[in-house]
Amino acid sequence: MAGNVWVLAEQWRGQLSDITYEVLALGKEVATALGVDLQAVLLGHEIKDLARSLGEANSVLYLDHTALATPVPETFAHALTFAIRARRPHVVLIPLTNVNWELGALLAAELEVGYVNACKDVRSEGGKLETRSLLYGGKMEAIVNPGQSPAILGILPGVRPTDQGRADAMPPVEELTVDLLETSSIRWKRYLEVEAGDIDISKQEVLVSVGRGIQSRDNVALAEDLAGALGGAVCGSRPVIDQGWLPLSRQVGKSGVVVKPKLYVAAGISGAPEHVEGMKNSDLIVAVNSDPQAPIFNVAHYGINADVMDVLPTLTEAVHSRKEVKKHAA
Amino acid sequence: MKIIVLLKMVPDVVEELELAADGKALDTEFLRMIANEFDNHALEEALLLKEKYSGTVTVVALDAPEVDDALFTALAKGADQALKITDGDGTLGTRAGAYRLAQTLSSVPGLLPADLILTGAQAIDDLDGLTAPLVSHLLGLPQLAIVTKISVDTTAGVATVLREFPGGVRGEYEVKLPAVLGIQAAEKPPRYVPVAKVRAAMKSQAIQSVPAATAADGGVGLLPVEEMSKPEVTEHAQMLKGSPEEIANQLCEILAARGLL
Repeated sequence: MAGNVWVLAEQWRGQLSDITYEVLALGKEVATALGVDLQAVLLGHEIKDLARSLGEANSVLYLDHTALATPVPETFAHALTFAIRARRPHVVLIPLTNVNWELGALLAAELEVGYVNACKDVRSEGGKLETRSLLYGGKMEAIVNPGQSPAILGILPGVRPTDQGRADAMPPVEELTVDLLETSSIRWKRYLEVEAGDIDISKQEVLVSVGRGIQSRDNVALAEDLAGALGGAVCGSRPVIDQGWLPLSRQVGKSGVVVKPKLYVAAGISGAPEHVEGMKNSDLIVAVNSDPQAPIFNVAHYGINADVMDVLPTLTEAVHSRKEVKKHAA
Repeated sequence: MKIIVLLKMVPDVVEELELAADGKALDTEFLRMIANEFDNHALEEALLLKEKYSGTVTVVALDAPEVDDALFTALAKGADQALKITDGDGTLGTRAGAYRLAQTLSSVPGLLPADLILTGAQAIDDLDGLTAPLVSHLLGLPQLAIVTKISVDTTAGVATVLREFPGGVRGEYEVKLPAVLGIQAAEKPPRYVPVAKVRAAMKSQAIQSVPAATAADGGVGLLPVEEMSKPEVTEHAQMLKGSPEEIANQLCEILAARGLL
């Protein structure tokens, strides 16, 4: 009898993340194809109530320990390793966000089994698993057949619609007692919240977002001009924030904010998966990039294959003159 | 303070990527290799720490095309020592690479213990693992990934580390040294070094070649890639064409039609 399919229920600060439901929806498909049960695994301290929201799973395995009250990745890896050794699942799906970024790799190393990173899909046919990973900034994908059991798979956000993994059913919860030593070498201190004072980009209706293609801090002004003309704000992808051209509060994507404006202009952004997960649900996406193969064009509704430094000023001017005309007409 | 930076060469994705004839890997013939950008941040963070607390920075890389350029650039930026692990077959995945790095670090006299081992939190070719957690596991050291800030109490042998969480929130940890940290971003953008300075480093400094320790991989082996391909495009943007002015006007029409103008 093959082992079950497990989904790690990602909880952060006592709340289940959306990706948990996305991965549960995927897990359900894989479990059904393999003819086994889908189990959600919940790790934490005094959060058993969260199991009620995991109805998509046939059952929930809950590990409670004071050491799991704070986000020390190694402690979570030890707890999950213990559970995997005790119950022998066949597949373990790990939501790949920056809450559990290093967990899959740590688990696989501890268990001495393989790990497949950055899966955008997992399928099962005839008992065989097939994973599809996004590599090279989203420019290539690799198909892998993880042969070993358990297969530890890191799943990218957006693998299935969130709602598909929500169910009203009340799953049976089983508690598994785990002995954990609080690691003496890493001590959790506290969370540092986002500095207040800056605008909240998740509340803006129009965003002009800049990426590496903007080339220098000075050119961010071109995006600010367009954002000003459209009545919106400027944000950016990770490389721009890492360069210090925009504050962290303006970062869209994995480590930043998830946005859903009416208009998202992606200027000089290639469209790496970490960025796309933060903006793909925007109402209207316009991408400007000099690389015709940029993955952002697979997400955008309208594309402009040109240099952002040429397009932004021209567009700003066109928006201004149209507003002028409208004003006179009125 | 003694800091080791693990640096990996990855394909430059600004260039067009082509597939090998067997359809299972990239065609390496026309590939331009560059240092993993997150490893560049790890190097920058190491150099900043050295400036602050004094000490040495040793950069270690597995052999790969263009790796000498990357190592001389690191020396020109201020690294004290550059080590190239030879006999690599260049097709190692992240996992086997981490095993080789960990084993070689342990076998080269004088390298370990180091106070900090820094590397990028990720690389664009990470298919079967992540370097920082794997190396930390193999060396039995604590680790944290997605790190954006490190400050060190050298007397206590403890680092205060910030790790990223969603929505711009950061977590603060106290980590006992030695430790392995996966760097997401250095406190300052990686410094620029003029080509002349790199050339000078090539003349005055040397890269130390060390043979790889046995290529054991923990019995896991390479993940068998069945097929590699460009992602199938299900939906593609409607491309606007014409002169810059024509394009701008088309876009204004689209925005106006949606009430955005």
